[in-house]
Amino acid sequence: MSELDDLYQEVILDHGRRPRNFHALPGADRVAEGLNPLCGDHYKVFLRLEGDRIAEVAFEGSGCAISKASASLMTGAVKGKTVGEAERIFTAVHALITEGPDRADPAELGKLAVLSGVSAFPTRVKCASLAWHALKNALHADAQVASTE
Amino acid sequence: MRPVPTAPAGAPAPFDVERIRREFPILGQQVRGKPLVYLDNAATAQKPERVIDAEARFYREINANVHRGVHLLSERATQAYEDVREKVRRFLNAPSAKEVIFTRGTTESLNLVAQTFGRQRVGEGDEILVTEMEHHSNIVPWQMLAQERKARLVVAPVDDAGVLRLDELERRLGPRTRILAVTHVSNALGTVNPIARICELARARGVPVVVDGAQGVPHRPVDVRALGCDFYAFSAHKLYGPTGVGVLWGKREHLEAMPPWQGGGDMILSVTFEKTTFNELPYKLEAGTPNIAGVVAMGAAIDWLASIDLAGALAHEHDLLAYGTELLSRIPGIRLVGTAPEKEGVLSFLLGDVHPHDIGTVLDREGVAIRTGHHCAQPLMIRYAIPATARASLAIYNRRSELEALAAGLEKVRRMFA
Repeated sequence: MSELDDLYQEVILDHGRRPRNFHALPGADRVAEGLNPLCGDHYKVFLRLEGDRIAEVAFEGSGCAISKASASLMTGAVKGKTVGEAERIFTAVHALITEGPDRADPAELGKLAVLSGVSAFPTRVKCASLAWHALKNALHADAQVASTE
Repeated sequence: MRPVPTAPAGAPAPFDVERIRREFPILGQQVRGKPLVYLDNAATAQKPERVIDAEARFYREINANVHRGVHLLSERATQAYEDVREKVRRFLNAPSAKEVIFTRGTTESLNLVAQTFGRQRVGEGDEILVTEMEHHSNIVPWQMLAQERKARLVVAPVDDAGVLRLDELERRLGPRTRILAVTHVSNALGTVNPIARICELARARGVPVVVDGAQGVPHRPVDVRALGCDFYAFSAHKLYGPTGVGVLWGKREHLEAMPPWQGGGDMILSVTFEKTTFNELPYKLEAGTPNIAGVVAMGAAIDWLASIDLAGALAHEHDLLAYGTELLSRIPGIRLVGTAPEKEGVLSFLLGDVHPHDIGTVLDREGVAIRTGHHCAQPLMIRYAIPATARASLAIYNRRSELEALAAGLEKVRRMFA
């Protein structure tokens, strides 16, 4: 498979075209924004926590196929997880897209392994990580806009 | 395109794109296993061997500081540096070489005008007029000035095709307008603005005009006297010259009246702790050791342009623009952003709802280098309600086959994201 096909795997293209949990979340108790001023990608990530557990997660906004697919996959991966589990997934994804598949914990990644092609495209790492940084801020109730620039 | 004067006898050989390409060492390379197709010329142009050599030769053979030493190398460095001032004067058909100020580039030139000339002219309640198609570098310095002076930034709109609305511009030239800042050629749309006409309108109301010529000089001969503007700014690196150096040309009466911008060496006649006497033009506005090698290499770029069949080169570039427009128009889902009747060198576009960033990545893997994003013209993106565009931009060394490679790459994008 070429690096390009590896980046734009069918699952990524599908999530880019038809993102899951792609809506605002009324009743969310955590909201965080992610903005990449360079390319204009802009997302809002919504969380509803039940105790320590992420009961609901959703996002809205606009951006490229990679940023949108990554956000969509993220919502699927962290729903129902505890804050600590979500943070471990964040760490694994961050290692995957910045350093490559050898550096990430496959057990934490699961389906998110489809993001493995990103590391070969340094200019696209920021796209793939944008919503994740917003998620992290939301988990920490950090009101700052996450920026990947 | 304005007609270029026919060259006299002993004229350069007729323009031949393959011969010109051989003068650009970088163009021969492969990227991602494919021949490089460089279509990001509005960001920066590639450099011919002559320019690269001129910069290296300066450091090898001449390097010394300018305007200081009594020794031979300093004399030679000063001569080489000052010769370029005269070259730029001729290049712009300016009345005097003393009106040519060397800067770091267009951005610094515009900031210089805003912070000296602008500060003198603009007061509370005054207005600075810009257009909707300006690059951030011709918006932000004026916005900062307006904020500082409690003045107002007024914006003249563009129409759906990307043409500046001259009637709207004229209406906004009011009794409080102190400066009009406008681009010669839009970096995001390619639109050519009718600068001579704009300057007439402004002059009738006593408003000086500052022209951002960054995208102007690479694509058309510029005659500041014929344009009738008060200031003209450009960068060497978009003109086949080095990065980090550019020009501010200004009418002498303005430059004379302007206070110095930065303080330091070279811009003074005498300094005591009580009082400093400033140097005369152009040195008053050039504090510190300048980018001497860069200026010399910019001179080499101007010489190089004078040595080729420029009329033929620019006609070739226009053929490329027409051909590229036609090729892109044939691709289903392409929307060209910027379709002014008079354009230079820019094909800005969208493809269905594929994000420009994804277009750029796929094209890159085909060896095709384009720019994606807002092109430092966010207000313009807001005007067209789009987050970004993909932009292919041309230089005289591009060829038709490269536009075919672009079109083929876009077909691939379409297949992937369909």
